[in-house]
Amino acid sequence: MNPAAEVKTLVIDEMDVSARADQTILEAARDAGAWIPTLCHLDGVGDIGACRMCLVEVKGSNRLLPACVTRVEEGMAVTTHSERLVKYRRMILELLFAERNHVCAVCVANGACELQTLAQLHGLDHVQFPYRFPALPVDGSHERFSMDHNRCVLCTRCVRVCGEVEGAHTWDLMGRGVHSRVITDLSQPWGTSETCTSCGKCVQVCPTGALFEKNKVGTKLPKSRDFLMHLSVMRGGDR
Amino acid sequence: MSVHAAQPPLPSDDKRWRIVNGTMRRHGHARQALIETLHTVQELFGYLDEEALKFVAASLRVPLSQAYGVATFYHFFSLKPPAQHECHVCMGTACYIKGAAQLLARAEEVLGVKPGETTPNGTASLLAERCMGSCSLAPVTIFDGEVAREASAKQVQERLERWLAHDA
Amino acid sequence: MTLEELERIAAGTKNARAAGGHEVNVCLAAGCLSQHSDALKEALEKEARKASASCRVRGTGCMGLCSAGPLVSVEPGGVLYRNVKPEDAPAIVRSAGGEPLRRLQCSRDQAFFQRQVHIVTENSGKLDPEKIEEYIAADGYKGMIRALTEMTPAAVVQEISRSGLRGRGGAGYPTGLKWGTVAKTDSAVKYVVCNADEGDPGAFMDRSVLESDPQRVLEGMIIAGYAVGASRGYLYVRAEYPLALKRLETAIGEARQLGLLGINICGTAFSFDIEVRIGGGAYVCGEETALIASIEGKRGTPRPRPPYPAQSGIWGMPTLINNVETFASVPAIVRRGAEWYAALGTPKSKGTKVFALSGKVKNNGLIEVPMGMTLREIIFEIGGGVPEGRKFKAVQTGGPSGGCIPEQFLDRPVDYESLRELGSIMGSGGMVVMDDTSCMVNVARFFMEFCMAESCGKCIPCRAGTAQMHEMLTRICDGRATHKDLEMLISLCDMVGATSLCGLGQAAPNPVLSTLRYFQDEYLEHIEAKRCRAGVCECGAAAEVRA
Repeated sequence: MNPAAEVKTLVIDEMDVSARADQTILEAARDAGAWIPTLCHLDGVGDIGACRMCLVEVKGSNRLLPACVTRVEEGMAVTTHSERLVKYRRMILELLFAERNHVCAVCVANGACELQTLAQLHGLDHVQFPYRFPALPVDGSHERFSMDHNRCVLCTRCVRVCGEVEGAHTWDLMGRGVHSRVITDLSQPWGTSETCTSCGKCVQVCPTGALFEKNKVGTKLPKSRDFLMHLSVMRGGDR
Repeated sequence: MSVHAAQPPLPSDDKRWRIVNGTMRRHGHARQALIETLHTVQELFGYLDEEALKFVAASLRVPLSQAYGVATFYHFFSLKPPAQHECHVCMGTACYIKGAAQLLARAEEVLGVKPGETTPNGTASLLAERCMGSCSLAPVTIFDGEVAREASAKQVQERLERWLAHDA
Repeated sequence: MTLEELERIAAGTKNARAAGGHEVNVCLAAGCLSQHSDALKEALEKEARKASASCRVRGTGCMGLCSAGPLVSVEPGGVLYRNVKPEDAPAIVRSAGGEPLRRLQCSRDQAFFQRQVHIVTENSGKLDPEKIEEYIAADGYKGMIRALTEMTPAAVVQEISRSGLRGRGGAGYPTGLKWGTVAKTDSAVKYVVCNADEGDPGAFMDRSVLESDPQRVLEGMIIAGYAVGASRGYLYVRAEYPLALKRLETAIGEARQLGLLGINICGTAFSFDIEVRIGGGAYVCGEETALIASIEGKRGTPRPRPPYPAQSGIWGMPTLINNVETFASVPAIVRRGAEWYAALGTPKSKGTKVFALSGKVKNNGLIEVPMGMTLREIIFEIGGGVPEGRKFKAVQTGGPSGGCIPEQFLDRPVDYESLRELGSIMGSGGMVVMDDTSCMVNVARFFMEFCMAESCGKCIPCRAGTAQMHEMLTRICDGRATHKDLEMLISLCDMVGATSLCGLGQAAPNPVLSTLRYFQDEYLEHIEAKRCRAGVCECGAAAEVRA
C-alpha cells in the first residue's frame, strides 16, 4: 500500500493521534498540536538527527529516539516531555552556550534567535558548565553577508539548504569534533568563493546570529523567517 | 554509454598527476573515489595542497567544500608539506600505561612544538598517534619510519637533538 | 577450481614442503618486522644457501608472543627461538634438525602456548601469508567450496546461526541473525563489508590476522557473499596498517588468479569480488553507518539508525558488515560444522576469542582462548602475571567503549554477558593490564581525551559533552576539582550516554563510570586530599603552580 495513504494510530502525550505511515513522530506531533523542540531540523531539507533536542521517549524502547527521523508506528506511545527529557534538553542547550561565545546582548539575532528562544522556554538562566571561550574568527569578506563562527551551533542548516535547495554546495563542514567548523569552498574567505550565488538562503535559515545580513544589523527583523515556509513548497511538498 | 563532462587539464606536466588520474579512471571518475584519490595524492606528493584539491574535486565533480571537508576529517591527510623528519609517539592504551605521556612531553620540550606541529624551520614534525597496533613493544615511538620499542625519554631526546643538530 | 583440483594443489604443496628438508620460519608480522626480522630472514637465507643439509627459510605470520620478538621457529619439531638477532643465523641453521639452541629457545610448554585454542589463528605463524598454496594446503577454501557446491545459501546462514557465532567487533550481535536479515532482503544488489578499521587503542587482533592469514578473511567474506546474495565485497582497512594492506592486495590477486574470487567462482553461478578501501585515520569509521559513509567517499559521520545497514547500507543497498575476526571464524565453521564450533565456549558465547594482551603483563602478544576462560587465567597464567613485583590493579577491556575491571572480579569468565555486567564490554579484544603505577582517574581522562578527539562532531552531546567531561576529569587530576565538578561529571555521563547519536558517544562515559564504580576512593582522594596515590597526576601544589 502507498505509505501516504496508510494511516497509523498512536498516542502522543496521552493524546490519541492518527498519522500517515510516512510521517515522522515530529510531523505527527505538530499536526496534533504537540510541540517538540528542534534545532537542526528545518522544513524542506533533509533531517540529520544531530542536535538531539527532539529526542522523545517511546514505550518499549530503551533508547530515546529523535522525533525528526523516527517514523510513526501503529500503537506507538510517545512521551515528548518528561522530567528526564527536559533535563537533557537543558543540558544540551547549556553545552551549546558553553561551547562557543554566545553573548545575546551584543548579537544581531538578539530577539530573533532560535537558540535564545529555546533557552528561554527551558528557563535557562545560567550555565553550569565552564565556558570554553575558543578563539574563533568572523568572516566579513562577502559584500552582503557575514559569518561569525562564535555564534555557530553546527546545525548544518546552511550546508543542507545550499546543497539541497540552491544546488551550489558552497558550504560544508571541515575538521571534526570540537574543531568542526562550517566553511565555504576550500575554507577560504566567503567573499572569494567561486561557487556562492549570494542567494542568501543560508543566512535566512541560520537559527542564530552566526550568519547575518550586513544591512540588517541593528534592525528588529534581522532574518526573513517567512522565507522558510516557501522552502518546502520549492522542494515539491505542501505539507 | 554515458557522456562525461570534459575532465579538467592536469595541473602541470608532473608525471605524478597521471598516476592520480589513473586512480580516478580506475574508479570511473565516480564521486566515491574521493578518499582513494586523496590517498594517491598524499602518497605521491606527501600532502594535499590547494591545487591538488581543486583538481581532484573538479575531476570527480565533488564540490570544493566537500573535498576540503573530507580532507580535514581524516587525520591521515595533511594539508601542509611534510617536515624533513617525523617523530610519531604512540598514545595507545598500552603505550600510555607504560609512560608514553612522558615521551611525548619530552619530545615537545626538545622540539618546542605541540603534537601536530612542525618546528618553524621545517626540520621535524611531532605527531601523537592513536595506537599503531604494536602494543607488545610499548611504549612505541617511530622516528622517520623506524620503530623504536620500549623507548625511554632520554632516547627520544637524544634522537631528536641529533635531528636538530644536523639542521643547524 | 573443483575440490579435486584444490586437493591436488594442497597435496603438491605439502609434498614440496616435506621434500624441502627443514624449515626455518621467521615471523614477518608487524611486531617482529619492526624488530628487523626481515634482515634476520636475509641472514638466515644466506646461511641456508651455504649449509650442506637442505634447509628452507620462510617468512610467516604472527607467532603470538610479540614481546619476545623477533621469533623464529624450526619445523618439523616445533622449536621456537626468541629475541633472535641476525648474528644468530649460522647457529640456527646449523642446529636445524639437531639439538635445539638452548640459549635462544623459548619453551612451548609454558601456559602461554598450552592454554590457547587456535581457530582464527590456526595458521598464524605457520604459513607464508603471501602464498595461497600454503593456505590451501592447510585446508583453506575447502569450506567455501563445500558451501558453494553442497549447500544452499539458506543452509549456510543456518549453519552460522547454529554455530552460535556472535559479532567479534564488540557488540556480540548474533552473526547468523545478521546474515539472515540481509539474505531476506529483496534486492538485486547487496554488499558485504569487512570492517578492518581496528581503531581501539590497545587492540591489534585484526592487524595480526590480516598480516598472518589474509586468505582466511577473504574466504569468510566469499562465503558470506554467497549466503546473503551479494556479489561485491569491500574490505575497509586502516591506513595505519600498510603491511596488512599489501598482503591483502597480494592475497586478492592470488585468489582471483585461481578463480576463487571473481566471476563464476569454482565454476558455479556465483560471482563475487572484493575491493580494498583504505581508511583515513578516523576511529568513528568503525561505526557501521560512518564506515558506509567513508566507503562512499564522504566524511565518516554516523547517521541515525534505523534504517539499519542490513536494509539500507552502501548507496542505499542492503549491506552486511562484520569485523575481521568474525569473517575469519567462518571458514572453519563451514568446514568443520556448527556443532564442533558450538561445543567450544559458554552457553551464550560460543567459540574462541582472540585478544591482544598488553600493558603491565609479562607475556605481551596475541592470544586465542575459548570463551569462558577467566580473566585470572588469561592474565596470570597465559600472560604470566604482572612483572617487576608490582601489584595488579585493573584490566581494561573494550577500549574507549569499555571499562576497567578490578582484582575482585578476576575469576569471572570472559564472555559478552559477564563483561557487560562488570560495566565493561568484550569489545574487539584489546586487553590492557594495569598495575599500581596507574592512576585510574588519569586512565579515565586518557580515554575521554581519545573520545573527544575522535568525536565526529555531528551530535551535540558527544561533541560538546566529551569536551566538558574531559575538562572535569582534568580538573580532578590536577587537584582543582570540587565535589560539584564530580556531580557534573556524573550527570554528563548519564546525559551523553543516553542522548548521543552513535555508539562512540553512547559508550564514551563507560571508562569514567567503570572507574567511578570500582575506584571511587581515588577520585575522592584527588578532590579532597589533592593526592594521587599512583603518583601520576600532578595534584595540589604542582598544579597550582602550573595554573
